[in-house]
Amino acid sequence: MKRIVLWVLSTLSTLVVLFGYHTSTSSTMATATGSETAITGSVQASGAGTTSSGSAPPGDTGSASSSSSSGSSSSSSGSSGSTTTVTGAAAQTRYGPVQVQLEVSGSTITNVSVLQYPNSDGRDIQINQYALPQLIQQTLDQQDGSVSMISGATYTSTGYSQSLQSALDQAGL
Amino acid sequence: MTTVAEPVARRVEQVMGMPISLALRGRRATGPDADAAWQAALAELRWVDEVFSTWRPDSQVSRLGRGEVAVDDCHPTVAEVLRLGDHARVASEGAFDVVRTGADGVRRLDPSGVVKGWAVDRAVRPLLALADTDVCLSAGGDMVCHVADPDGEAWVIGIEDPLDPTRLVARVPLHRGAVATSGSAHRGAHVVDARTGAAADALASVTVIGADLTSVDIDATTALALGVDGPAWLRSRLRTGVVVWADGRAETVA
Repeated sequence: MKRIVLWVLSTLSTLVVLFGYHTSTSSTMATATGSETAITGSVQASGAGTTSSGSAPPGDTGSASSSSSSGSSSSSSGSSGSTTTVTGAAAQTRYGPVQVQLEVSGSTITNVSVLQYPNSDGRDIQINQYALPQLIQQTLDQQDGSVSMISGATYTSTGYSQSLQSALDQAGL
Repeated sequence: MTTVAEPVARRVEQVMGMPISLALRGRRATGPDADAAWQAALAELRWVDEVFSTWRPDSQVSRLGRGEVAVDDCHPTVAEVLRLGDHARVASEGAFDVVRTGADGVRRLDPSGVVKGWAVDRAVRPLLALADTDVCLSAGGDMVCHVADPDGEAWVIGIEDPLDPTRLVARVPLHRGAVATSGSAHRGAHVVDARTGAAADALASVTVIGADLTSVDIDATTALALGVDGPAWLRSRLRTGVVVWADGRAETVA
């Protein structure tokens, strides 16, 4: 989980750089600066620890709940604290705008979603949390039993008989 | 990888003209519950084939393509699949399209590029209901994986080398998600750029990893059709995957 958060943070810093680049080259987006600051702030807050809940952005749920959540956040982080949603400015890319939204609970980023992405068809998508594929050189017999299933271009029934998947199925690995 | 792995129960069956491979691991990997879930998954795939196959002249999609019936006359899932195809066409600026012009100049309806991933996403549901059981269901090399315990052992997916099917280009550990690979291996060049009708040959294969097979399958096919622009297009959609260029060079996308 920690690795995912770190990964998300590194991605966020990339996005922050994107936003920074965008705002320095375009003056048409009046709202960009404010939203950009909000994102930068939450990234810093995640490093600074629970004290950052005192400086939560406006729109947070009242002072009474925030003081109680900061008291209980150490015992059950994430679930009890109020969640703040932060929306970034849209950054222009070659393929169109990218806009992200964060949910921050206490000092933890609990969710990152993409509100706009290039060729957007109106759906929200999650920034994915999938491990990067490991490129390899060896042939299958040098990696015996180390893969569960093979992904490849669609097999016909005849092609399948020569395929790695067939070998795996037969070996019962 | 030297730990003693849990035994994997495997099943294979031919449906929709391709091998359907199932791997189960855990408490209900074998036994009547697993058998029933496997049969339910196969039944779903056979039903999808009956409705959507372009190889069956009597399927609803074939009749729709010939103009004998309207979308409203078909099963509601036909409209759902056509909507998915339309989204993909817009997202790819026309490179992906379920309606394509053949060499004879005739426009044909072929939603196969959408149907496979979508069908497996549906077929895997009864298998996911098996308690404490890890599931990996593959339809001709595109698969949905699920590990019951989020901290449990990941499925490891090997990505086939499109230029040499006896080799792998990459390995991907996956707990919950889907992997789709589009390429020219095994069937010859069967993906065309719908904008031009020309075979897409800049890339030998594209693998995309994501939450559901419907969308990663479409994106893998789209990136292949986009050719040299494919990798950048995948990155613009924040995709994770592997691209193998026609010269065999492999590149990760993240």
